[in-house]
Amino acid sequence: MDQALFQYLLRMGDSTLVLSQRLCEWTGHGPVLEEEMAVANTALDLLGQARMWLTLAGEVEGLGRDEDALAYLRDAPEYRNVLLAERPNGNYGTTVARQFAFDVWHYMLLEQLQNSVDERVAAIAAKALKEVAYHARRSSDVLIRLGDGTEFSHNRMQEALEEIWPYVGELFIDDAVTEELAARDVVPLNASLREAWESHAAQILTEATLRMPAIEGAFHPAHRGGVHGRHTEALGYLLAEMQHLQRSYPGARW
Amino acid sequence: MQGRESVVTPDEVMQWLDAVPDPEIPVISVVDLGIVRDVSFEGATCVVTITPTYSGCPAMREIEEDVVSVLRGKGLETVRIDITLSPAWTTDWMSERGKEALKRYGIAPPAQRAIDVSGIMRHKEPPVSCPQCGSSHTRLISRFGSTACKALYRCQSCGEPFDYFKAH
Repeated sequence: MDQALFQYLLRMGDSTLVLSQRLCEWTGHGPVLEEEMAVANTALDLLGQARMWLTLAGEVEGLGRDEDALAYLRDAPEYRNVLLAERPNGNYGTTVARQFAFDVWHYMLLEQLQNSVDERVAAIAAKALKEVAYHARRSSDVLIRLGDGTEFSHNRMQEALEEIWPYVGELFIDDAVTEELAARDVVPLNASLREAWESHAAQILTEATLRMPAIEGAFHPAHRGGVHGRHTEALGYLLAEMQHLQRSYPGARW
Repeated sequence: MQGRESVVTPDEVMQWLDAVPDPEIPVISVVDLGIVRDVSFEGATCVVTITPTYSGCPAMREIEEDVVSVLRGKGLETVRIDITLSPAWTTDWMSERGKEALKRYGIAPPAQRAIDVSGIMRHKEPPVSCPQCGSSHTRLISRFGSTACKALYRCQSCGEPFDYFKAH
């Protein structure tokens, strides 16, 4: 089994699945109807992408686990999502800051993955890229609107950035998995995405009249480890809700 | 039945599929939408290759079932659906007839080619004509409308809100 590829596919599948589940928590609670629909549609795109990544992960693993087995029957330490994806929604500013940071990174990553020598990875990435370009443009719009809005919304948005930024560092750290796959031209090195991410984020933040928090503080060990199964407390609650039905009624179908 | 299947051509099957509506927007067929990528025969098995629109489109399974059911109704006993992801679906594959049908239904069809909206940069939204009154004096309300594939606009002339099928 290609252990490195399996791990990487779990990271992609779990990050999109967990963020999708988080965004769904806004359904019925959105600040305005248009935002609620946008968040729900973004969540739907991410869920579709998660299904493709996890299905492929199951095939690569070769033990007969499908997307459902991987999504519903693994506990938090087996999840491989980046910590950023599991951060609680907070106020709407927190959600926007998390989405903006994630979308821009997601876009930069997929742009490289669509050139992967693994055709299956390239196909999923090329498909997802079109959707994520739209996510990134939307979260940039909202960030600018709130940042360059009232004094209240500006301050809330700045606080949200400070709260979310420590979890950005993990996106740009490499390990044995990414190093092996990068050497095989399957994936880019995470560190290679950082410059483009920072440059784009800085441009949008300037337009939003917001200050970019220092990224250096983002490499503290407490703020990384999701891709190795070390999660924050927040993930357990999310999974408890998401997996409740399959845990209570194993094998239930409808 | 064996004899009959051998004389059915992929073109005929494609024409039959043109009667399968999209479950979300029933005025446009799955062929006009551009998601039927290929029809071929492997012996007696009819193989229909389709591609999803958006990754999370919840209508895919229903489309598969509809395709199989229509072809069975035409006498094709064994039908296989293959799903392909690459090349990724684009609204550039939507037929002119499909775009006209959308407009009549009250949904503004894509006003640009997919290449014009690719990339992460925030570009100006295209002038979209109101499907109700035809005015090009319209305004984007939200980048997402009732589904992921649509955005929400409002016409400044007649005041009506409407869905815009985004170039993708």
